[in-house]
Amino acid sequence: MKPSLALPALLLVLAGPAHGAADPETVARGKYLAAAGDCVACHTAPDGRPYAGGRAVESPFGDIYSSNITPDRKFGIGDYSLEDFSRAVRLGVRKDGAQLYPAMPYPSYAKISDADIAALYAFFMNGIEAVPQAAPKTALAWPFSMRWGVKFWNWAFAPEGVSAHAEAPDPLGRGRYLVESLGHCGSCHTPRGLAFQEKGYGADDEHFLAGAEIGGWPTPSLRAGGSGRGLPQWSEDDIVEFLATGRNRFGAVVGEMELVITHSTSQLTEADNRAIATFLKSLPAHADTSAAAPAAAPDTAQRLTAAKVDVNSGERLYLDNCNACHFVDGKGAPPAFPPLAGNTLVEAESPSGVIHVILSGARLPSTPRAPSDIAMPNFDWRLSDDEVAKIASFVRSSWGNRGDAVTADQVAKIRKEIGKVKPSAAPDVK
Amino acid sequence: MARQEKPVDIVMIGLGWTNAIMGMELASTGLSILALERGEDRDTMPDFVYPRMADELSYGVRYKLMVRPSDNTQTIRHSPKDTAVPYRVLGSYLPGTGVGGSGVHWNGHTWRPLEEEFRLRSYVTETFGAKTIPEGMTIADYPVSYDELEADFDMFERVAGISGKAGNINGRIQEGGNPFEAPRSGEYPMPPLKRTYNDVLFDEAAKAMGFHPFPLPAANASQAYTNPYGLTLGPCNFCGYCERYGCINYSKSSPQVCILPLLKRQPNFSYRTRADVIRIDLDKARKRAVGVTYLDENDEEVFQPADLVILGSYSINNVRLMMLSGIGEIYDPAKNTGTLGRNYAYQMNGGYTLFFKDKYFNPFIGAGGNGQCMDDFAISRIDFAKEGFIGGSYINAAMTHGQPIRSLPLPSGSPSWGSGWKKAAQEWYGHVMTVGSHGSNMAYRDCYLDLDPTYTDRHGLPLLRMTFDWKDNDVRMTQFMKNRLKPLMDSMGADVVQAAFKEPGAHYDIRPYQTTHNVGGTVMGHDPKTSVLNRYLQSWEVHNLFVMGASAFPQNLQYNPTGLVGALAYWSARAIREDYLKNPRPLVGA
Repeated sequence: MKPSLALPALLLVLAGPAHGAADPETVARGKYLAAAGDCVACHTAPDGRPYAGGRAVESPFGDIYSSNITPDRKFGIGDYSLEDFSRAVRLGVRKDGAQLYPAMPYPSYAKISDADIAALYAFFMNGIEAVPQAAPKTALAWPFSMRWGVKFWNWAFAPEGVSAHAEAPDPLGRGRYLVESLGHCGSCHTPRGLAFQEKGYGADDEHFLAGAEIGGWPTPSLRAGGSGRGLPQWSEDDIVEFLATGRNRFGAVVGEMELVITHSTSQLTEADNRAIATFLKSLPAHADTSAAAPAAAPDTAQRLTAAKVDVNSGERLYLDNCNACHFVDGKGAPPAFPPLAGNTLVEAESPSGVIHVILSGARLPSTPRAPSDIAMPNFDWRLSDDEVAKIASFVRSSWGNRGDAVTADQVAKIRKEIGKVKPSAAPDVK
Repeated sequence: MARQEKPVDIVMIGLGWTNAIMGMELASTGLSILALERGEDRDTMPDFVYPRMADELSYGVRYKLMVRPSDNTQTIRHSPKDTAVPYRVLGSYLPGTGVGGSGVHWNGHTWRPLEEEFRLRSYVTETFGAKTIPEGMTIADYPVSYDELEADFDMFERVAGISGKAGNINGRIQEGGNPFEAPRSGEYPMPPLKRTYNDVLFDEAAKAMGFHPFPLPAANASQAYTNPYGLTLGPCNFCGYCERYGCINYSKSSPQVCILPLLKRQPNFSYRTRADVIRIDLDKARKRAVGVTYLDENDEEVFQPADLVILGSYSINNVRLMMLSGIGEIYDPAKNTGTLGRNYAYQMNGGYTLFFKDKYFNPFIGAGGNGQCMDDFAISRIDFAKEGFIGGSYINAAMTHGQPIRSLPLPSGSPSWGSGWKKAAQEWYGHVMTVGSHGSNMAYRDCYLDLDPTYTDRHGLPLLRMTFDWKDNDVRMTQFMKNRLKPLMDSMGADVVQAAFKEPGAHYDIRPYQTTHNVGGTVMGHDPKTSVLNRYLQSWEVHNLFVMGASAFPQNLQYNPTGLVGALAYWSARAIREDYLKNPRPLVGA
């Protein structure tokens, strides 16, 4: 079923260019749903005005700039009717008929219910300030510059319409609706196919949320059911805590997910986060991530506390740079300092995430439930590629972790991608 | 003509511990709150981050986090007969500046005063007779009791996240804690820090002589901890860079770690840095504050209108700002008139250094609040009539750091340079522990603060003048400690035992570091004739002005002041929130 554009008559009252008087309750609901959809993360430039667009979303085809979705009539979507809005969000078609690139997760948003679309529309028309400013134009190279080509992509990959679970009263159904539609978790966590499509858009597909890599960061599998390493070890409470605070006893958020925690999941009700957790726990983990965890290796702590640690070894570099917070047992001190032992980022198949964090540092988002924005300093100015590789190799293979060794070349490549050295943690030498 | 900013409901001067507390406790009123901080903005990342902080020369020796004397200092003299000269090089005390204030660079010793200290004058008079108080000593009771503040001490300890062991919970003495402390309603939020070798040695020796040792109450987290505001501290790793440094590890309690991340989320709170307040402005009748005037980073004068002013800068700066604003009458010791600047007091400290050839302490494993204490010579446990002084000390075997420039104590007589010094340094580094006596300091008629007639700051405003010297009473107190501790020190088996206590006739020396516990000058009291603030820290003169901090202490405690400073801020905030804002007026009838 394709998204229904035949909206109930009642909701059409809200439509039309004179979008003055939506009731405050609907606007508030729309605001909440916009948070669930994390619209602000992509539609706000770094240090820009909210929803005014201009953030570059990286894709293999080039940077795609988000649009201004404030109710400004010239630069934003102020002249969109409810129907125009619905087509843009759920089908990826602009008011002028042009096709949006699927960096806008309309294949997921297609599942948003009519009522929720109407509430979102009420919020975007009445709940935010119009920003009269043009977002930068996206200019992909040929053939991707031909937006009409996306229509064939849609024909091939865009999924079916409104979720059957949109009005689900039970946590499992509610969680499924949030994850598959507004949450668009699959955008980052579902592996992509040759045409850059997500290999699965719903719980029925085994590829759905099975983990991927995006923008140089490995994204863990969110299939939290069954047993094994990674999310299957997290309880429902652990998932809820992570979504609300960006931290729990297994780790702390890094990379793009930080924006998701800040603007989206930390703003959701406990009940909705619990519904998401219930749904994720219902997805069976794949065999390759659910192999029995190896017995913990206590010898790491012993090696680190032994007086004889080679001066150029990973052990010694760990002691001098990491041990103050993460400790010899690799357990850290959550919720202040995340553990490295069993940390999904540290032992991910791809070492790019852990290399990234060592070089650039990381900062926890401040959320209503956990306002402490605890930061790990950047070590790019202090450690050579070889030293970072040694530390990364050490933490990926210690305390029972099972990551492969890292080479200095891998570090050099990521250092180049990150760009300029951040001087923040370097001592002042004057 | 000063630039004028948009009015706010509440303006706070300074953004250290007290105004961070005040901001948080008043944010729920929905009133607009603006903090003006004279120094720079500071946060753990990027300002205190590892390994930048482990730079003893910049921070420990050159005082990078402290106020620069060229920006703001005091003139100092020993007596009203002398001419005061400026404190041009920091030494004796180290006022902080910047967001977090001195709450960034402290060690974290967090005490509750004794019940007797709150009613010191009454206690001495009732117990030993009025004649025990010598001529010229101007000690007073606090206008608030320990019982009234107990809940506020508890709140501050839970917000700051204190590691310790209670010795008295609701009157029941607890094994391992301080049996002489005032009764607490509950345990400390965290267990004590891990014990170091000096702690263990002192503990054993003190117990063997019948004393009652216990772990120092430390604002250094012994484990991961989440406070009542939902803010998180990480466990202290004993890095040994605590006092004079910002904490690299979210382990030392500070406004940055314990309050500001939540305060900054409040939509009705904002702050400006590099906003140096030079005056609290009053209405024509001089009964109401109408705002404050500050100099911004370009030295442009700015008027900030506000309905309520909370003065929470460093204690001696509070006193100066009141004087520059002309609020109240400056104290004159000759005529004994005025209250502003009266009862300035300091801290009488001494200590033993013990050198052991056969013991090695790993001194670089240190924490600001690492120490084993005893309170057997507390104010409440000394017969003042018999001993001939008023006061007391807590005893502290601390090991806070082994930083190379400043922690190479050598036995006296060791060469101070060349190969002889090198040999001695090699022989003794790490073989030393100290036992300190941290003592009270009474208030006196001729120890006070006023404005200097000669010296001004770079804006042409008069510097604060400090008139202060040691008095026989307090020297006798510290000599008592020296003598009583001697047998205990001798019992510990050290090869060399060295004492450093003020001797009779000693004068205040501003050069060596002693303590940043400058108190008094805007003291709180029952009587507006002898105090500046009432029991809610509200100005007697201007009822919409409240003054935080240790400048309210009528004399100094035997303990570090921050515990009481924090509790008084919570106490005052409650009075403002629940009473004053509903009906702004003097909360105590004068």
